[in-house]
Amino acid sequence: MRARLRMVWALVRRGLNEILRVPGGAIPGVIAPTIFMLGMAAVFGKAATLEGYGGVSFLAFIVPVAMLQGAGFTGAATGVNLARDIERGWFDRMLLAPAPRPVLLAGVVASASLRALLPASFLLIVALALGVNWPGMLELSLAAVLVMGLAAAMACYATLVALRFRTQQAAPLMQMGSFIAVLFTTSYAPRELLSGWLGAIADVNPVTHVLEGVRQGFVGDVTWAGTWPALVAVSGLVLVFGALAVRGMSRQGI
Amino acid sequence: MRATPPAAGGSRLGPTVVALARRALVNALRKPQFLAPLVIFPTLFLAINVGGLGATRTLEGFPQVDGFLDYQLAAAILQSLLIGGVTAGIAVALDIEGGFFDRLVASPAPRIAIVLGRVLAAGVIAAAQVVYFLVLGLAFGASVKGGAIGVLCVLTIGIVAGTGFGALGVLIALRARSASTVQGIFPLVFVVLFISSAFFPLELLSAPADVIATYNPLSFIATGMRQPIAFSNQWLPVLEGLAAAVALTAVSIGLSLLALRGRLRDA
Repeated sequence: MRARLRMVWALVRRGLNEILRVPGGAIPGVIAPTIFMLGMAAVFGKAATLEGYGGVSFLAFIVPVAMLQGAGFTGAATGVNLARDIERGWFDRMLLAPAPRPVLLAGVVASASLRALLPASFLLIVALALGVNWPGMLELSLAAVLVMGLAAAMACYATLVALRFRTQQAAPLMQMGSFIAVLFTTSYAPRELLSGWLGAIADVNPVTHVLEGVRQGFVGDVTWAGTWPALVAVSGLVLVFGALAVRGMSRQGI
Repeated sequence: MRATPPAAGGSRLGPTVVALARRALVNALRKPQFLAPLVIFPTLFLAINVGGLGATRTLEGFPQVDGFLDYQLAAAILQSLLIGGVTAGIAVALDIEGGFFDRLVASPAPRIAIVLGRVLAAGVIAAAQVVYFLVLGLAFGASVKGGAIGVLCVLTIGIVAGTGFGALGVLIALRARSASTVQGIFPLVFVVLFISSAFFPLELLSAPADVIATYNPLSFIATGMRQPIAFSNQWLPVLEGLAAAVALTAVSIGLSLLALRGRLRDA
C-alpha cells in the first residue's frame, strides 16, 4: 500500500512539475476563465438587477462558474498531457512499471485536482480585488473541495477520451465536455430566470448542484441543504468517470 | 528548345490566388477539427446566452426585440468569424512550419498570392458561417426583419469582416511563424468581443467596457449585422457596419502584405 501511495505521489509531483517546467501550459487554464469572468461581468453586469439574483453583484454570481471552468480546463489539460505521453511513447513505458493501472490513473487525476487550485486561487484574488465580499474560510474550504472534485471527474473523462483517441487532436472533445457540463447549468442566472429548455437541462445536470454548492458562500451562507447535494453530485461524477477511466486503463495493452 | 518564359506576374495572379484559395478550402474540409470550432463554440455560447440571459430583455434600456435570439445572432456570427480568423492564421503557421510556405516562395507564383489566396478562402468560409447561423436562427424561431435585402446586408458585412479577420490571422501567423503562438491568441477573441456591444446594448454595458465598446470597430460590425436581423433595414447602422468591415479588411490585408515582405526579406 505504501509503495502504491509513493507511486501516486511521484506521478502527482510529475504533474505539478509541469507547472514550473512548462508554465505556458498552465496559463490558458488560468487566463481563459479570468477573461470569461471579467468579460461576462462587464457585459452582463446589469442582469444582476433583475429579481432572482438576490441583490448580489453579477461578478460574485459568476466567480464560482469561472472556478469550475478552471477546474474543467485543468482536467481537460490532464487528458491532453496523457495523449501527448501516448504519442511520444512515455505512456507505454509507464505501463511497463510494476504498478496496477488504477494507481497510474490515481496519480494523474490527483495532480489535476491539486492543479485546479491554481486558477481557483487566482480567480478569487481577482474577484476580491474587484470588490467581491470575502466568503469565509468554511465557505472557501467547501469551494476548494468541490473544485478539486470536479477537476478529478473531468480529468477521468479526459483520460477516457485520450485513451480512446490516443492523440492530442482530441483536445477539443476533452475541453468541450467540461465546457458543456459547467455552462449548461444555472451558470448565468438563477433557476427561475432560465428559459424552459435550459432549466430542464440544468435540473438533470449534476454539475448544477456542484456549482450551487460553490456559489453558496459568494451569494449568502453555507447550508447543509445546499452542501450535501453538491458533495453527492461531485462524488457521483468522480465515481462514474473514475470507473470508466479505470476500465479504459485496464484495457491498455503493452 | 527554348523554355517558354513565365507569363507576366499580373496575368498569373488571379489563377494563382484561386488555386491557393482552393487548396486552403480543400485542406480545411479535410481537417474537420479546424472547422468544427468555427461553429461549435459560437453555437454553444449562443444557446447558453439565449437560454440563460433571455430575461435581460426586460431591463430598462434594452431595445424592443421579438426574441433574445434575434438580438444574439449577430454576436454569434461575429464570434464565429473571429475564430475563423484564428483558424486561418493557424493554417498559415502550419504551412510555414511544414515548409510549404518556403516551397511557394521558391516557385514562380506571385508572392502576394500567398496572402490573397488564404484571404479569399477566409471570405468563402465566412459566407458559409453566416449562412449557417442564419439558418440556425431561423430554425429556432428567429427572423430577419429586413427580409431578403436584410439577409444580403448581413451576408455582405459578414463576408467582408470574415475576410478581414482571415487577413489578420495571416498577419499574426507571418509575424509569429508558430501555430501554437497563433493558437495562443484564441482567448483574445473573447476579450475583443467582450469590450464591444456585440452581446449587449452599449447603454447597458458596465464601465470601462462601455467606453471602449463605443470605439471598438466590432461594435459597428455587430450593430450593422444586427440591425436587419432584429429591427429593420435602417441604412445608417448597416453602412457604418459595412464601412468598419471594409476598413478593417483593407488595413489587415495591407499589413499582411507588409508582413509578407518583411518575412521574404528575412528569408
